[in-house]
Amino acid sequence: MNKQDLAESWAAKVQTLPGERVELGRGEPLRLDCGVELGPFTMAYQTYGSLNSERSNAILACHALTGDQYLAGAHPITGKPGWWDMMVGPGKPLDTERYFVICANVPGGCMGSIGPREINPATGEPWGLGFPVITVADMVRAQMLLLDHLGIERLFCALGGSMGGMQVLQLAASYPERIFAAVPIAASARHTAQNIAFHEVGRQAIVADPNWFDGEYYRHGKVPRRGLAVARMAAHITYLSEAALTRKFGRRLQDRSDVTYGFEADFQVESYLRHQGSSFVDRFDANSYLYITRAMDYFDLAADYGGILASAFQDTPVRYCVISFTGDWLFPTSESRDLVRALNASAADVSFVEIESDKGHDAFLLEEPEFWGTLRGFLFGCGEQLGLTAP
Amino acid sequence: MKPRDLRVRRQAAKIRADLLLIADMVEPGARVLDIGCGDGALLEHLVFVKQVTGRGIELSQEGVNACVSQGLSVIQGDADTDLTDYPAGAFDYAILSQTLQATHDPRHVLEQLVRIGRRAIVSFPNFGHWQSRLYLVFRGRRPVTDALPASWYETPNIHFCTIRDFSVLCGEVGVTVERALSLDARGRTASQQSLRLANLLGQSALFLLRKT
Repeated sequence: MNKQDLAESWAAKVQTLPGERVELGRGEPLRLDCGVELGPFTMAYQTYGSLNSERSNAILACHALTGDQYLAGAHPITGKPGWWDMMVGPGKPLDTERYFVICANVPGGCMGSIGPREINPATGEPWGLGFPVITVADMVRAQMLLLDHLGIERLFCALGGSMGGMQVLQLAASYPERIFAAVPIAASARHTAQNIAFHEVGRQAIVADPNWFDGEYYRHGKVPRRGLAVARMAAHITYLSEAALTRKFGRRLQDRSDVTYGFEADFQVESYLRHQGSSFVDRFDANSYLYITRAMDYFDLAADYGGILASAFQDTPVRYCVISFTGDWLFPTSESRDLVRALNASAADVSFVEIESDKGHDAFLLEEPEFWGTLRGFLFGCGEQLGLTAP
Repeated sequence: MKPRDLRVRRQAAKIRADLLLIADMVEPGARVLDIGCGDGALLEHLVFVKQVTGRGIELSQEGVNACVSQGLSVIQGDADTDLTDYPAGAFDYAILSQTLQATHDPRHVLEQLVRIGRRAIVSFPNFGHWQSRLYLVFRGRRPVTDALPASWYETPNIHFCTIRDFSVLCGEVGVTVERALSLDARGRTASQQSLRLANLLGQSALFLLRKT
């Protein structure tokens, strides 16, 4: 199968992805920050575990930029374990014998929820760049509609890393009555200039690809593979750390004893990045990448509260557990600390843990026993306080 | 680490005697901030036995992780710098147990304690204890005692004071002493004495304070 066929078969696969799909916003449309009204629209989601009779044990896991609703078990497209497979399951920190875990593909994504590659009912063609720009707040609004659909008034907890953590913060600020506990992980209350800069590099790589066709590549039967792959390669570096790269690859050469005096992937790290880039293209849509990176760039929680972050959490009843990693330079601990400072200023119930790890931003997706222990303990403590019963 | 069972926690009243004295000063259901909460022994007792709304601040990451893993609300932070983040009167009690002597600016910390807590509870080792005095007089060296075993060059305790020193500071910064106890080596209350005797005989001291 050549790459083009692969891309088309992926498109076909997305239509038949396993899991739940629901049409939301039928009565009341979703009012986006950009002014557009969206509805009805499809949300694709997965659930793990079962809801207890009080409907009080629901946990919303919010995925990051390139994540999706497939938390645990084999991913239907890549065949690899879901992004939080180590975290979700019986006896795991998000114990499915105790909690009902929900994860939805964000609007703007490409795993079955409404997004630029889905069909615009008004034109009968993929939305492409006609898709409205969405924000983190829009993602949260959509997920609240999903909770309405599931009959869940209040979440036991919302948690997520990176962009997932942004959603958690937005949710806690906008809908404090709908959430008991919030765990923003490796996150920030605003996207920094440096992070916007990295995203812009990725977007420019995509739009510079001749196969992008101003976002209309679906119609041309093409995929801007190279642009999206370069975007992923650049971004992937920001998810790791120098220590992790050195440990994993050092200056080791790839299947050769000497450098070739050319521009092939002489080094293992080059080969690894190329692989990361090309395998990403098989599971992700280039326009979705533009939209979701934009949503993160626009995120600045304090801006909606007169520039004072503490105001976003005024009299909040939500219990927070903020988690950062020492080796994360994309969402460094200083960002989490600013958040904790704001939470303290509103006398919120907050825990803050910085986990020792040199694995970079991706640490929240990797095996970090101390992180898991913290999360497990926090959820357990919250469950005790709420008198949570297992289903 | 698996969090302990709630039933076990309610029985877990075996905390150090000096911590129990602190706990006795706090009424059930109060809002409490424990600054320098360590592994969370006092905080856990307060939350699970006295049903307070409890928060903690701890400098060491191991301490914080241990607390949060046990379901306590604790942040990694520094008494010297982070107390200013809290609004005035955010807590009924701000507790600083055996930590004042390790802060860089004890005066600032004391002012912050009575600002963010309607009351503050402060305990500290008494450098005026007779053993310390004799040690200095007869050996001519910075006292190293059972209560304060670290040598001068490695101790985290950088601002030692006596009970009298602390009382004077309270007067200077406008803090009213509601109760003052001197404790023996086992952390039990010594019989009520004059300030002079307490300063001589108390291994450590426990103060209940409020802003004047």
